[in-house]
Amino acid sequence: MNYYNEMFDGDAVREPYARLREWVETMPDDFRQMKQAEAEALFRRIGITFAVYGEGGDPDRLIPFDMMPRVFEQAEWRRLERGIKQRARALNAFLRDVYGRGEIVRAGRIPARLVYRNEAYEKAVVGIVPPRGVYSHIIGIDIVRTAKDEFHVLEDNCRTPSGVSYMLENREIMMRMFPQLFRTNRIEPVDQYPELLRRTLESLAPAKCSERPTCVILTPGHYNSAYYEHSFLANLMGVELVEGQDLFVDGEFCYMRTTTGPKRVDVIYRRIDDPFLDPLCFRPDSMLGVPGLMDVYRSGGVSICSAPGAGVADDKAIYTFVPEMVRFYLGEEPILNNVQTWTLWKDDDYRYVMENLGDLVVKEVHGSGGYGMLVGPKSTAAEIETFRAKIQANPSNYIAQPTLALSTCPTFVDEGIAPRHVDLRPFCLCGDRIELVPGGLTRVALREGSLVVNSSQGGGVKDTWVLSE
Amino acid sequence: MKLRISHETIYRYDHPIRNLVQSLRLTPSIFEGQRTHEWQIHVSGGVRGPGFRDGAGDWIEGWTVRGPVNEVRVRIEGRIDTRDTAGVLRGHRELINPLTYLRTSKVTAPDASLRALAAEVGASAQDQLDLAHRLSRAVSGAIAFRPGVTEAHTTAAEALALGKGVCQDHAHTLIALARLSEMPARYVSGYLHSTIDGEAHDAAHAWAEIFIEGLGWVGFDPANSCCPDERYVRLGSGIDASEAAPIRGVALGNSAEELAVAVHVEELAQ
Repeated sequence: MNYYNEMFDGDAVREPYARLREWVETMPDDFRQMKQAEAEALFRRIGITFAVYGEGGDPDRLIPFDMMPRVFEQAEWRRLERGIKQRARALNAFLRDVYGRGEIVRAGRIPARLVYRNEAYEKAVVGIVPPRGVYSHIIGIDIVRTAKDEFHVLEDNCRTPSGVSYMLENREIMMRMFPQLFRTNRIEPVDQYPELLRRTLESLAPAKCSERPTCVILTPGHYNSAYYEHSFLANLMGVELVEGQDLFVDGEFCYMRTTTGPKRVDVIYRRIDDPFLDPLCFRPDSMLGVPGLMDVYRSGGVSICSAPGAGVADDKAIYTFVPEMVRFYLGEEPILNNVQTWTLWKDDDYRYVMENLGDLVVKEVHGSGGYGMLVGPKSTAAEIETFRAKIQANPSNYIAQPTLALSTCPTFVDEGIAPRHVDLRPFCLCGDRIELVPGGLTRVALREGSLVVNSSQGGGVKDTWVLSE
Repeated sequence: MKLRISHETIYRYDHPIRNLVQSLRLTPSIFEGQRTHEWQIHVSGGVRGPGFRDGAGDWIEGWTVRGPVNEVRVRIEGRIDTRDTAGVLRGHRELINPLTYLRTSKVTAPDASLRALAAEVGASAQDQLDLAHRLSRAVSGAIAFRPGVTEAHTTAAEALALGKGVCQDHAHTLIALARLSEMPARYVSGYLHSTIDGEAHDAAHAWAEIFIEGLGWVGFDPANSCCPDERYVRLGSGIDASEAAPIRGVALGNSAEELAVAVHVEELAQ
């Protein structure tokens, strides 16, 4: 397969990377090793680590950081930005619709079954219109590149996407270690993200809030793999980081316990999953949530970001209809393409996938983190047959996609520098405005030839640059 | 019928509790079969919180009791006119798509016996309405009314295997069978004035509703082998008993709880 190399066009270096080339090629090996050790020490010191679900081992493992930045030129980024914002608008229009009259279903553009029988569809939210009609406020859209002008959306994350702390820390560390790079290259800043997030959250205060809104981040606690990010963001935004037990409902509102008495909370950026939010509405055995919170939410006493039930917009079955949402709600043509997707509950698709399993990537409809997936070309015959049996047992649980020729970026490896496959997760904020900082999280598959960038599967991260004009 | 309802639920705690939060689904539904004249909810020592009508058309009211208290009384007093709509929930405003009620829950999850029963009954049915009636009759026949042998978490599959249970078990079993037959079904909680032979009921009651194409939601009460009529007062619904519960609450404090319930549904003179 032919892969698009983002830095080199044959022997010629592409324009955005021109200034980096010299930096890389003149860097002595021992200096590189020293800097790599320094980066690791810095990450350890700030405490940014990532626990990998179900893998055991060191829960405080670092995600490997690659010092070689990934670079976009301004024009490339502008197009991505327009595509991402368009998608975010369509996803929220879809949520507003399916928790209301469901016009897109009535119009026959999306099968009713996929929406209303979806595990993530939350009955308790039907008829609730949250402030500004926005249900998903922080959308992480995973994008891959296959050619100079070919970008594809791999998936949308409408619930509580994580990784933005890496975007910020990667930049911070690069600036600390290589300040001269930021003088010779004109790089758009990303450090305004926490301020933008805070402004976004404040713009979502419920109607009953009359003063400057009090926002909090609700975390499941320090055992959660993204706890670092929760405390990091709370810190940078200057808001309280709370657990369920720090909040309580009294009368029409939700309050947090403070040393000076109860303080009303207006906007909750929750990083806990829907079923745990409120034992009176969802799982009665949840110890992580706030009893009565949903009644306060549903009567307009508090805002919850993202809205419970926002996940119905981002599973892999609904994903195939996002371009349709763009046309239906916005009357526009999608700027960013989906990846061609076969849905295994359709007979024709099923037959095609079963005949070509060795060439395809197969994923669980509700899976995430790179678990429960098959990368055909990278699997043994035995692995493919095992997976075939799983699909046969429950076809509607799977979708399949072609194995994409993910672009590569130069990456520091033991032997020097070599191309490795990358993807991109930008974070789109939706409140009174839709905003996007120029950048995102670039994940890199560090193993040679690997196409799986998930940190749980041996992926690393890179700083992502958008060059100014 | 003109009915007067009084309903008191008393929670007694062996240690004082604080910060009790309740979500109450204790207000009669609005539809052609019911007209409410007077309805009062009171929670002792409590503050009334948010009230709203949810997507299923139910009136939900939150209450909080700061405490500490050793006892909480939830009191309902009301008057309501009812009339027979042959079980059809006509004129009820709700927004939730019926397909949502095809999703199953732990207590209504199917097993082999439920599947077999659904298939057996389904084989001879002419249409959806006929099938719903047949399923309801099958449940009445398969599960004898016997209080005390099942409890709150008993599943439909367990009740069917046991062949005994109370209205909750009847409703869960019918819901499971209906969903197996691809008909949306839900749990309804409410009151019942008297059983078919005229005996006063004096307890909270529950039944099932099944969504029939062309008719909408229709009530079926397998515990009494009938469809709800003017003897029934409908409060609210959910995917199962736990979701449709008239009272859901959580308190701070590690205390054992003792529950006493008194319900009176009395017919007023014309």
